[in-house]
Amino acid sequence: MSNTDLKVKVWRGSEQGEFVEYLVPRNPNQTVLDVVTYIQRKLDPTLSYRFACRVGMCGSCAMTVNGVARWTCRTHVSKIVEGDSLEIAPLNNLPVIKDLATDMREFFNKWKGAVGFFKGSQSRHDDFAKVEPQSEERQLANAGIECIGCGVCYASCEVVEARPNYLGPAALNRAWTLTNDVRDVQQLDRIRAVAGDAGCHACHTQGSCTERCPKGIEPTASIAGLKRLVAKAAIRGSKWGKL
Amino acid sequence: MRSRPTLDLRAKSHLYYLAFACHRISGLLLACFIPLHFLMLSQSLRGATGFERSLGLTDFWVFKFGEWALVVLLAIHLGGGIRILIIEFGSWRGLRKGWIEISILFAILCGILFLYFAN
Amino acid sequence: MNSAILQAKLWYAQRISAMILGICVAVHLIIIFYAIRGGLTAQEILGRTQGSLTFALFYEIFVLACFVHAPIGIANILQETFPKGRLAVPLSLVLAILILLLGSTAVFGLFTGGAI
Repeated sequence: MSNTDLKVKVWRGSEQGEFVEYLVPRNPNQTVLDVVTYIQRKLDPTLSYRFACRVGMCGSCAMTVNGVARWTCRTHVSKIVEGDSLEIAPLNNLPVIKDLATDMREFFNKWKGAVGFFKGSQSRHDDFAKVEPQSEERQLANAGIECIGCGVCYASCEVVEARPNYLGPAALNRAWTLTNDVRDVQQLDRIRAVAGDAGCHACHTQGSCTERCPKGIEPTASIAGLKRLVAKAAIRGSKWGKL
Repeated sequence: MRSRPTLDLRAKSHLYYLAFACHRISGLLLACFIPLHFLMLSQSLRGATGFERSLGLTDFWVFKFGEWALVVLLAIHLGGGIRILIIEFGSWRGLRKGWIEISILFAILCGILFLYFAN
Repeated sequence: MNSAILQAKLWYAQRISAMILGICVAVHLIIIFYAIRGGLTAQEILGRTQGSLTFALFYEIFVLACFVHAPIGIANILQETFPKGRLAVPLSLVLAILILLLGSTAVFGLFTGGAI
């Protein structure tokens, strides 16, 4: 047993299970995804996990590493190892299918629930919509549209854990980018959807989402924008009507 | 066999969560204290002598410590609260680490000032 | 739908009362630091507050802002800590009544100094 081995505890099972320890040879430039891949290929083929691009573009490999939600392909072991130990678990706040793979359906259903999808009034027969790129609305939207739905923010949020109905940072961030899309025609529905105790007002500005987002998106900013918009719509009415 | 892990302290070990936790705890403690504070002050209905007698209770050191703690809690909650208001109503400039620093300094200042003026 | 408007209004009320409290607390801290120099007796307190309409109005506004702000905060904490419980709203209402009654009594007491 080489003393450059990593002691890696990996969650095996689903909602019930246990951490199983594996010994993985340590390499320079090793990512956590490399570690998981090694375990599955060389040590235990029954290990289930998700990945796709392995280069930090798709967000599929998100897991809980030493208690913190991260993209495992973009997390170097040397940066986060504790002595010679690692702990790898599935993303929090999502049901576990098996081992390190979680059921993302509720995450995407909440995206829908927040009306986090686009609907316009033009068709291919109409002229292009003219959206001023320097307008305040477009800049606000641009700040949040790079989200690829990896679930790290959702898995990091304590309010998601405490309130099962809470739409969560990703869904609310997407809703905010769309409230700033001048072409979208569902704004009143969207405002209604992001209000309520499952909506934006449940956010306590803990900031874990903003702190952990691998793309540097700031859902806290988007949610703050929604809070103002919804409050105004409820009391004075918005430019699309009153709540 | 155990239940799958949930969010633990490692997920919350960042400055902004700590700021939230301080704000929440100070608010909770203030909410518990304020009715007692009002009760004490309402003893003023007994007139100056009656009020003075009730205030005599506060001479015990535990009350003195409590008064100091409450000034500090109030300062923490005020600082954190202004930060939240700026985040929610002001123009976005991140999670306002500067305001966290100001709040801490303000709370320390209030704690020291209270000790200085009270004795 | 009702819940949405209610949550939005509660949030707004809590933030507006927070702004009022921000000013009130800052002023209160200054008053307290000034008043506690060399100890604080009932006589000294009443000497400043008795018959002073300014004091009474300022502190009654303070009480009313607390009465709005604190219960909403407590309700949120209770709802999150005990999601299956039903005591969040009743307990918050109890706190609201306590603050309003005890607070206003205190303001009244300090204004009259017991001489009603």
